[in-house]
Amino acid sequence: MSDDKFDAIVVGAGPAGSACAYTLAKEGRSVLLLERGNSAGAKNVSGGRLYTYALELVEPGLYERAPLQRKIVREQVMLLNERGATTVDYFDPSFGADVPQSYSVIRADLDEWFAGEAEAQGAMVAPGILVDDLIEEGGRIVGIRTGDDEMRADVVVAADGVNSLLGQKAGLFPDAKPQAVGVGVKETIELPDDVISARFGVKDDEGAARVAIGCTEGISGGGFLYTNKSSLSLGIVFNPQQAGRQQRHIQDIFQDFKMHPAIQALIDGGTSIEYGAHLVPEIGFHGVPKQLSREGLVVVGDAAQFGINTGVIIRGMDLAIVSGLAAARAIVAAKQPADVGALYRQQIEELLLIANQKAYQNFHGIFDIPRIFREYPNLANDAMRFLFRVDGKTPKPMLKGLLETVKRNVSFGRLAADGWKLYRHL
Amino acid sequence: MTIKRLSPEDLLALDRFEVDEGNPHILVDKAICATCKGRACLVACPARCYRLKDGEVSFEYAGCLECGTCRVLCSDGGVTRWTYPRASFGVSFRCS
Repeated sequence: MSDDKFDAIVVGAGPAGSACAYTLAKEGRSVLLLERGNSAGAKNVSGGRLYTYALELVEPGLYERAPLQRKIVREQVMLLNERGATTVDYFDPSFGADVPQSYSVIRADLDEWFAGEAEAQGAMVAPGILVDDLIEEGGRIVGIRTGDDEMRADVVVAADGVNSLLGQKAGLFPDAKPQAVGVGVKETIELPDDVISARFGVKDDEGAARVAIGCTEGISGGGFLYTNKSSLSLGIVFNPQQAGRQQRHIQDIFQDFKMHPAIQALIDGGTSIEYGAHLVPEIGFHGVPKQLSREGLVVVGDAAQFGINTGVIIRGMDLAIVSGLAAARAIVAAKQPADVGALYRQQIEELLLIANQKAYQNFHGIFDIPRIFREYPNLANDAMRFLFRVDGKTPKPMLKGLLETVKRNVSFGRLAADGWKLYRHL
Repeated sequence: MTIKRLSPEDLLALDRFEVDEGNPHILVDKAICATCKGRACLVACPARCYRLKDGEVSFEYAGCLECGTCRVLCSDGGVTRWTYPRASFGVSFRCS
């Protein structure tokens, strides 16, 4: 194999890598897709929701072949305090009526399927191979090294994930900064299909996605809960710097969240079947390196730090797929490897990846408001308690009671300052 | 079985690992960790690979989830080498 030269070697069979390999192979290019896990997906963890438009861009109807879990028709935002929770529940079964907007997914299944689709198009897929290094000659990248083997290609696509060691080795960007990522932990909890449907008020193939605020002991971050067919994905993403500065272990904070009465009611009777952890690109457009390519190398997906987190929408896999597609189109269009970088830039603009990133570019600043993660969820629950509590004593006047509730949790000065900050970052 | 609070050992016992015995993919210099004030790894490593034993930071790579949190958090350079396990070793997720 080492004597053959490929049009492209794609490193990493996640959504970005497989989208790229799929498209290249379909266009008749020789492509080698390498994956360090024993199978694609074996090293991957995600919260668990894929926005389907991205697969449609790769090929209309592709999503219908994918091993998707449940079509998300319920979007929920949960504010927790120690005692209880206030949940906003947006139900819309017509969400994305023609092409459903999003599905919950399990990466071991999704990634293995997508790599298989790339293989069916003609890509050579090789799992169980760890790329150690890039081969550089005359200032350009000409291949990869794995153990004692060398493999060569016109272009190497670094789809090697959020830690992208290849992008760093190529000198495209420095080591990841802790303020630019979140650390996610997650338990997969098995439950019968019908129990999940009943608890979340959905039909068999439909599901709910939930984000939770107020479960991180004040650390910037939030919980998530996705319904799969016969399991739930429950986890928290933390700001690692803030997590590292406090006393309790993030596992303990996560277990508290899991045992919270409002979460318990949803997972009761289930069985924990897996525990995973992963880093997440967290600061959106500002985290994307200026330089995404050099001659012979392009960086896609998490490796390029593509990600959007608005607090209620969390996107990564869709952007990864779009960037993999963009890289493939650039490679197909390029007359020579030196042209790929500029064409890739052009493609990620044309496919609106950059426009999507820019639309939320200052959003992450909101998560610097520390009170979002403790005081405001407390305030919401205290206000609810005041509104709904009946004990036969003389009730406080409504306005007075509510103002007291606010004051108990946050000063009016802070509230005004936070409101202003929120306004500026939207 | 029903849901209960899981210990660090319980959590890792859910996962499938193939440990590359005698060949750690992450190297930690305890002498550097001894002078580190932050020691964020102790509370932020999702697998609790970093623990305090007799006042010293001890590191165990066997249960590593390969996330990279220690790599990005290590402030004083105690993590002297961070790579992925050799192919076919480390964690294998089946349903995440």
